[in-house]
Amino acid sequence: MVLPTVTRREFLKVGAAGAGALAATGLGFDLAVAESTRVKQKLRIAGTKELHSVCPYCAVGCSLVAYTRQKSDGTTELLQIEGDPDSPVNEGRLCPKGATAMQLAVSPRRVESPQYRAAGATAWKSVSWDFVLDKVAQNIKASRDASFVTTDGNGNIVNRCEGIAFAGGAAFSSEEGYFATKLMRGLGLVHLEQQARV
Amino acid sequence: MTNHWRDIKNADLILINGANPAEAHPVGFQWFMRAKLDRGAKMIHADPRFTRTSAVADMYLRIRTGSDVAYFGGLINHVLQNNLFHDAYVRNYTNASFIVKQGYAFNDGLFSGYDPDKRTYNIATWSYESDSASGFARRDLTLQDPRSVFQLMKNHYSRYTPEVVSSITGIPVADFNKVADLVGQMGKPDKVMTIVYAVGLTHHTTGGQLIRSGAVLQLLLGNMGRPGGGMNAERGHANIQGNTDHAISWEILPGYLKIPAPGQKTIADYVAQSAPKKSDKNSWNFFGTNYSKFMVSTLKAWYGDAAKKDNEFAFDFVPKPASNASWMTIYDQALKGKMEGLLLSGMTAASIGPDSNQVQSALGKLKWLVIMDALPTTSSEFWRAPGVDASQIKTEVFMLPATHWIEKDGSFVNSGRWSQWKDQVLPPQGQSRHDHWILADLFQRVKKLYQAQGGKFPDPITSLTFNYKDPLKPELDEIAREINGKDLTTGKQMTSFANLKDDGTTTTGDWIYTGSYLDSGNLMKRRGGIQDPKTNDPTGMGFYPNWSWSWPLNRRVMYNRASADLDGKPWDPARPGITWDGSKWVGDVPDYPLTMNPHDPNAWLPFIMNGEGVGRLFSNGMVDGPFPEHYEPVESPVANPLHPNNSASPVAFLYDKAAGRPNRFGTPQEFPYIATSYRLTEHEHYVTQHVPHLVQLQPKPFVEIPYELASEKGIKSGDHVRVSSKRGKVEVLALVTKRLGPMTVAGQKVYQIGIPIHWGYIGLSAESDPSHGRYWLANALTPFVGDANARTPEFKAFLVNLEKM
Repeated sequence: MVLPTVTRREFLKVGAAGAGALAATGLGFDLAVAESTRVKQKLRIAGTKELHSVCPYCAVGCSLVAYTRQKSDGTTELLQIEGDPDSPVNEGRLCPKGATAMQLAVSPRRVESPQYRAAGATAWKSVSWDFVLDKVAQNIKASRDASFVTTDGNGNIVNRCEGIAFAGGAAFSSEEGYFATKLMRGLGLVHLEQQARV
Repeated sequence: MTNHWRDIKNADLILINGANPAEAHPVGFQWFMRAKLDRGAKMIHADPRFTRTSAVADMYLRIRTGSDVAYFGGLINHVLQNNLFHDAYVRNYTNASFIVKQGYAFNDGLFSGYDPDKRTYNIATWSYESDSASGFARRDLTLQDPRSVFQLMKNHYSRYTPEVVSSITGIPVADFNKVADLVGQMGKPDKVMTIVYAVGLTHHTTGGQLIRSGAVLQLLLGNMGRPGGGMNAERGHANIQGNTDHAISWEILPGYLKIPAPGQKTIADYVAQSAPKKSDKNSWNFFGTNYSKFMVSTLKAWYGDAAKKDNEFAFDFVPKPASNASWMTIYDQALKGKMEGLLLSGMTAASIGPDSNQVQSALGKLKWLVIMDALPTTSSEFWRAPGVDASQIKTEVFMLPATHWIEKDGSFVNSGRWSQWKDQVLPPQGQSRHDHWILADLFQRVKKLYQAQGGKFPDPITSLTFNYKDPLKPELDEIAREINGKDLTTGKQMTSFANLKDDGTTTTGDWIYTGSYLDSGNLMKRRGGIQDPKTNDPTGMGFYPNWSWSWPLNRRVMYNRASADLDGKPWDPARPGITWDGSKWVGDVPDYPLTMNPHDPNAWLPFIMNGEGVGRLFSNGMVDGPFPEHYEPVESPVANPLHPNNSASPVAFLYDKAAGRPNRFGTPQEFPYIATSYRLTEHEHYVTQHVPHLVQLQPKPFVEIPYELASEKGIKSGDHVRVSSKRGKVEVLALVTKRLGPMTVAGQKVYQIGIPIHWGYIGLSAESDPSHGRYWLANALTPFVGDANARTPEFKAFLVNLEKM
């Protein structure tokens, strides 16, 4: 490229730093600064916190920039998610899914409290975390004890739990995935699965 | 991926099979277009359906789903018959020269060692003849020995003539020959080709071999290990890669260590049966040599002080499965009444299938089911799905509201192995909790129950390390440090897996991530990107080593010793991977000792991870054959033209048959059309049914029907149609297009139907439809059968019938 062009990032940087940034960017024309400053004052993201994330959908791994603002009631408002222009993977671009990531991030459709459905029940019941965690822990122990094999038919020590399975993780952070593996193997699980195969 | 997204721009030729990156990975596809626009690369798309990828490709080949081994086999044959392979690479960097044992044979579709009753192979004859003095494999560098891998391979693929390839795949001979000409030029050292694929290759009973056939072609052309080359899998979810690396998978422990097997009593037993064995004097066999160090260091990370030398580092604590325990096995066991409980996180069994109706029955046979998810799923709601009487479902169901990706930090690993750290942007919505906090809390409660009541072998539970500030709320930063591992003597973070030990003085959670989190900080957070290419992309090859962190050791192209010739010079000086500068290797992070002189007679062979030290054209690592062979899908309208007596894979695992359940496979008489499933740009699996904008863009389920078939049946776009298989049905709208069309396969006219997978009885679309999505699950159609190696279900090739409603 021969002609100097203002990338979106430079445009915002110039806007953020004001006229003093002119020499540093070496763009050499005042108009860009004036224009970006003017536009930036009207942007929804003015005065917000800029955070970095990665798209939750496919595994291209597009980097995202997310802008949040603390509201007066102490809650955090998500104002905007867009492609990160610095990323060597996506260079700021997003597909329709990534571009609508805000509607996945904040959704009125979320399940907001633990739900329990007893055997044969025809509806969910809202319950407390303590209730579900205690009950699931008891189930895990009972099923583990009922299906645990310490020694197989050939006399080999195998220490495996055959009656519980865990599947998941394509949307986990890697560290959560590692932690899940560690805990599930710790319980002796052999049925362990995630999205790679299916 | 052996390479990474941005690297695709370095290719001269791009073969795309079983994938539609323009629609399924659109932002990654920019690098395909850069190759085409900036360096004039050619793009060849072989797919059952003409897509937006085909629209910008230089050639589109309508291929029958599941026949890609024949396609790659034909290309292999073309390259071998016409001496178009990369000669120096094949002789020195592959096992072409290795001599195979007497007794190896292939007749009428069966390799030697087949047991028809067990439907398995005894692979004893699929190995090398060893030299009696050294014990290493015998080699013939002239490649003339009739039992050399090269000659056996040449013979094996000689059956894959253009006519046979055409008969199996449906690709016209003239089109195939054009592709063969282009591919044949890629064996020149200054040319490089990449192969890109997705689940269109893996989701077959021959899935493993479909991919291997591409890899064999790439080895013959000398394209593995090189920028612009490789075998590149496009992963479909944000972090399948990371969570495969970290082994949420029955058959492995973190870093692709094998799960121990019954009968192994010691670390030595385990390593002897699991690790690759050195079969050439110049093979480093890095993985095999260090296997015990990786394993012992992981046991130390997990079991801490309870893992001691005198108890084999708590080797007994690791469960040893009796047999396969993968996805379909879970539901198979539930149907048999042997599975009591299932925890699902971010995965919905009912939609994912295969054979959703059978999976739904399996869910109803569980005692308890736990769903950890942010939004309702077809699994959390299966007990009250349309047409189901909830009072008859005895499964206890728990819905534990989990946080989204944006409400927690941690890393996502993309298809190119780049581990990118993300910030926590938002606090959890409502009462939702992080998955790892839910799991930590559950585990601690289970532990307390064992401490109070006793029970079966509680030792691994009570000993598992929880070295976190708050055991109920571990931070992902703490876990990331644990994964990297540390030196217990100095307390310092490990800098490389090369320094791990098997004496209990080092730890690692996952050896391939050692080096990602040093004392100086978390390298996955690095953000040196395209804002400063001069600093951040010093080689100009697009590696961007200062952006995030890539396993192993921040290497951007795997096996990169093979990117340089025997003297250490890049095969193509314009596209270097690594280069020997006279005293050290420079460029990408070398997959080789930094200062090992390539002229040293003891220099290691290039592929340091396997026992041979070279790429395997012939391998005994697969259970269904040392060379990829074409087998028909289990449901197919034709008999295999190569060997009709052994038409489908002789070792694909048939769950229903093995369990004594009724047959669930259909015949071409009842179900005359081939169906394949696919995905749309606007949806991702099933979660996007909760995203209003995306539902507006793709509001209703449909099946894509070729124009000619629709004409025969009097079906128009917008008509309601029923598509049925032996296992179930979908009732959706018809979309009639010319993107699919009739083909001639084995002399017979066949049609393929396309079925997008994204709908079910949960989400905005279902809520707005009078049927509530009762017959919208695409996987109600798919067969409950899997690849012999990986047990990956055959989602992509099955038989259906089609009716206008």
